[in-house]
Amino acid sequence: MTEEVTKKVDSIRFSMLSPQVVKKISVAKIVTPELYDREGYPVDGGLMDIRMGVIDPGLRCKTCGARLKECPGHFGYMELARPVLHIKYLDEILQFLKTTCNTCGRVLVEEEKVKRHLRNVNMAERERRYRVKRRMISAFVNSIKIIKKCPHCNAKQKKIALEKPSTILEDGKRITPIQIKSRLEKISDEDVAALGINPKFARPEWMILDILAVPPVTIRPSITLESGERSEDDLTHKLSDIVRINQRLFENINAGAPEIIIEDLWDLLQYHITTLFDNEIAQVPVARHRSGQPLKTLSERIKSKEGRFRHNLAGKRVNFSARTVISGDPKIAFNEVGVPKIIAMELTIPEKATEWNIEWLKELIVKGSKVYPGANYVIRPDGKKKKITDETRDQLLEELQPGYIVERHLIDKDICIFNRQPTLHRMSIMCHKVRILPGRSFRLNPAVCTPYNADFDGDEMNLHIPQTEEARAEAEILMSVQKQIISPKNGLNIVGSVEDAISGLYLLTKRLTLNKEEAIQLLIGSGIYDERMKDFKEKVSGKDIFSVLLREDFNFVGTAKDGSSVIIKKGQLKEGFIDQALVGEEKGQIIREIYSKYGDEVGLDFLGKIFRLGIETLLKTGFTTGISDSDVLPKVQEKNQELITQAKKEVDELIAQYKAGKLEPLPGNTVDETLELKISEILNKVRNDISKQVGSNINEDNHSIIMAICGAKGNLLNVAMMSACVGQQAIGGRRIKGNYSGRALSMFKKGDLGPEAHGFIARGYKQGMSPSEYFFSAMTGRDALMDTALRTPKSGYLYRRLSNALQDLRIEYDSTVRDAEKSIIQFKYGEDGVDVSKSDGGKINVKKIIRQIKGK
Amino acid sequence: MSDIFEKYKDKLPGAVLEEIKTESKLNELTPAEITKVLDESVKEYDSALIAPGEAIGIITAESFGEAGTQMTLNVFHFAGVAEIQVTRGLPRLIELFDARKEPSTPSMEVYLKPEFTTNEKTIRRVASFIKEMKLEEISLEFALNIMKQSVDVDLDEEKLKLYGFKKEEIIEKITKGLKNVTVKETKKGITITSNSEETNLSLLYKIKEAAKLILIRGVPKIVQVLPKKEDNKYVILCAGSNLKEVLAMKEVEAKLTMTNNIFEISNTLGIEAARQAIINEALAVIENQGLDINIRHVMFLADIMTQTGVVRGITRGGISGEKESVLARASFETPINHLIDASLVGELDQLKSVIENVIINQPIPLGTGLPNLISKMKKGAKK
Repeated sequence: MTEEVTKKVDSIRFSMLSPQVVKKISVAKIVTPELYDREGYPVDGGLMDIRMGVIDPGLRCKTCGARLKECPGHFGYMELARPVLHIKYLDEILQFLKTTCNTCGRVLVEEEKVKRHLRNVNMAERERRYRVKRRMISAFVNSIKIIKKCPHCNAKQKKIALEKPSTILEDGKRITPIQIKSRLEKISDEDVAALGINPKFARPEWMILDILAVPPVTIRPSITLESGERSEDDLTHKLSDIVRINQRLFENINAGAPEIIIEDLWDLLQYHITTLFDNEIAQVPVARHRSGQPLKTLSERIKSKEGRFRHNLAGKRVNFSARTVISGDPKIAFNEVGVPKIIAMELTIPEKATEWNIEWLKELIVKGSKVYPGANYVIRPDGKKKKITDETRDQLLEELQPGYIVERHLIDKDICIFNRQPTLHRMSIMCHKVRILPGRSFRLNPAVCTPYNADFDGDEMNLHIPQTEEARAEAEILMSVQKQIISPKNGLNIVGSVEDAISGLYLLTKRLTLNKEEAIQLLIGSGIYDERMKDFKEKVSGKDIFSVLLREDFNFVGTAKDGSSVIIKKGQLKEGFIDQALVGEEKGQIIREIYSKYGDEVGLDFLGKIFRLGIETLLKTGFTTGISDSDVLPKVQEKNQELITQAKKEVDELIAQYKAGKLEPLPGNTVDETLELKISEILNKVRNDISKQVGSNINEDNHSIIMAICGAKGNLLNVAMMSACVGQQAIGGRRIKGNYSGRALSMFKKGDLGPEAHGFIARGYKQGMSPSEYFFSAMTGRDALMDTALRTPKSGYLYRRLSNALQDLRIEYDSTVRDAEKSIIQFKYGEDGVDVSKSDGGKINVKKIIRQIKGK
Repeated sequence: MSDIFEKYKDKLPGAVLEEIKTESKLNELTPAEITKVLDESVKEYDSALIAPGEAIGIITAESFGEAGTQMTLNVFHFAGVAEIQVTRGLPRLIELFDARKEPSTPSMEVYLKPEFTTNEKTIRRVASFIKEMKLEEISLEFALNIMKQSVDVDLDEEKLKLYGFKKEEIIEKITKGLKNVTVKETKKGITITSNSEETNLSLLYKIKEAAKLILIRGVPKIVQVLPKKEDNKYVILCAGSNLKEVLAMKEVEAKLTMTNNIFEISNTLGIEAARQAIINEALAVIENQGLDINIRHVMFLADIMTQTGVVRGITRGGISGEKESVLARASFETPINHLIDASLVGELDQLKSVIENVIINQPIPLGTGLPNLISKMKKGAKK
């Protein structure tokens, strides 16, 4: 076996291209605007010259002899008839002209001063104080700009000004790029350095172009349309404009045309070269296609989200990945993902043949690519890849020996990486085990929706298959679902039981008592088998059934959602019941306890078991909710009405007070504001009172209430909104004002301050709303939608900036936190070096330890 | 007893040791039990230590980024019934991390020294000395007297009495505030005349407008004050912020007084205070939004923002724009400018940070990409 030797890039240097270098790296001189001859073959000396690389299959590059996709492309060059300014270096050109003498070309300051300045700058550079260095240079430049007389040759300095976009004036008279170039050439290397530019990499005269580098053909390939016509790249269009104007300029100069014509052409050349670099410069007309669509030239290729950096360099596309719709399956484990068979037959894992697995691999090859589980490709040790087909199968089987690699189909328990965008935190991309299932969607356990923030209303997710042993090991050890359950954000469990599972566990542990047979049936049905089941008595309580999931050395004290205590002793649930506060997301006290005590494997197993047990319980007892769940007793209804009328009366009194001018303003508020605040207070209070009222009077067996109490879904307020009163609608934290003058809707009287006129909905959803109430409800609904729509891009940008600024920071081996330049941010992470996701919310729980010690 | 703890001084962080000390006293633990607790704590601490190579920056960014999607955009917030408006939620978090020079709703909490909090009256008086008060506010009318070429100001006698102003005091302030004018007392108020030889209407008009804005009393920029009782302590809530001048007042308890303007804190109290202020402000937003982000992440961000001794924002002009690597800067924002500037000085990108290595398809120097195995070949060793 020969190991591949990979090159490593150590560093990248940025510099300007000098005309000499451009000529040196060029392979062709471009002289003609024609692209192809009559046969459609690229013209020599044209922009598609095959010395600059090939874009047609079948042709060979004249420079390197390689074919399409092998030849990286080579630069060409163009000699410009007259020099032009490089628009991107305009500021620097101006700076040089303003700071150097127009006659002798030296910096407009005594030599000692320049030397002293240079010494300071070099010092700052050595000490890596870049900000200081930049400030020094700009101060130096600004101090010379105003000098009117050269201290070296006493020449008077004229005023240099820029006439946008690219004409430079000296005392109002235009100076041509030729003159500028000759001035810039006179500046000495020391002076260039003093002005903050490194003469080794960027001489000022290089900023005036008389040789233009022509980018290789391979970066501007033409597309052949269906009609056989060729459509050239935007860059080629622009370059051919430049060649054409350049040729015209040459001809006119040679023919001795009048100066005015030459100058016009020169300006045109300047324009075309300017737009070649950047087509979005202010005050430069945008170069367009014949259709009117702007040309996409060099700057636009690099810039922005769709540019080279963010689209191609920082974001890469990968093979061995799949994407499809997701759907739920509570029967598969948390760390599994259901993969459709058709995807499993497309994605492969390279399996190296050894003497131990060769028989198995042969079987796979026999099955081929069309039968599952089979294999798609065989890779010979020399790197040749062979597809397994009916024709090649027998030969490949014969050939196969240790050292060959077989790309086999996915099978159960293969490692894969599962991801949903937006990937906002590391739990959005986790490692699962493959479970081949029929159908066409990825299946995942509903409980792992939370970390991905997924639902099944049409969400799609991505699946990646790591291809090397290292990648698989890393994925499994670091990215597995069980390793990600505790969030590094706050040290709480992000995965827990949800919805039905919580309802089920609550019912089971709170009130169910089953026969022995039923209890065993329930446990077996949720995939649990335990020796303790043998000891079940004739009647088994739900608490005992739940206790079967706990280990016998597990002790726990916690509090349920309603504040009652939950005690587990020696693996027996002695007191209390299970609800969201104990097994739910971000709360689950029991889950974190088990995690810290037994580790993640046991923890995940426990999570899966309680989840299935909860659902199985509901399957057994039946659980549903309907419109009758929001029924309330007539007397409660009456009481509610009373509360509402009472509140309205209070508000009316307030308004009367206000109108009589007797309302005392609260400190810091006007009378109007005080009234609003007081009314809002009353109206918000009434809904809470009603929800309490409803909550305390509803049957405990009401399924909606059960869900609200155990934290599976909804809360008492939601129930009250359905059955009794939706309550005050608010926009921006205030009652609805509306945009009519003096009223919220045109159906109210002007100046009406009453509850109904400003969005108080006195009825429940079940009774139905009046038209105005419905409108107010729709207003708040839309306000919420707007908020989400506006928030997403804002928080997205904040996140992008944060991750960009912080991505290089890491913990070093000496436990300091440092950035890429190795400067220290923190001496110890978080002042004590504790990992939030490995500890109890970033803390050492002393009380717990003491309790354990005392308990023993 | 203390020597038990002494032994564990290097093994546990101070805060944990302190907690064990107090807790063991509360629970009346025996020395043997304390040792057990200590050992157990060391075990837990060691297992909770963060691993070298952890990409902690990204974890912090994720903690905020993910939480940001859950925050409200509602800019204004009133806690309780009567309070000064403050920006909360995502907009506040953004302006905090941007390190804006001026928050959108600057505000202060001014605490007073105990001797000035005896009764509500003195507090109101101090508050009125904090609030910026312009001539405009205590005047009834500003009139241009064309005949006399002067500006006549009618003062509001009631307000003068209420706030305890003397006319001489006001005259002095105006003479100081406006250059080249004479101020005289009149029956109704005061009159201002210009000292310059040429007087015309437009000059008078200018004087009038300038006179309106003259600061008679109080601290500039504090536009609203609200004395309030909070946990048996009096606090003056202020809209507008001017830490330096408020702290200079003799009535003010400097140790407790706070502003939400990070730059003012940085300039008056120094960078460490600014760091703490960033932490406090960010925590206030997080708590207000009902989110739960560990304080480590907040501290971490504050540390980065204040690392160089000045408050830097997380923007292209701040931290992201000051990175050493050209490619890292170019891949964030305004790539062209960064590339052009890099070419001028011949910058060398050492490819030490993450994004450059992503760009050129090499392992990144984080996590499992960090360790390098270097084996030294012995010279002359057998093959």
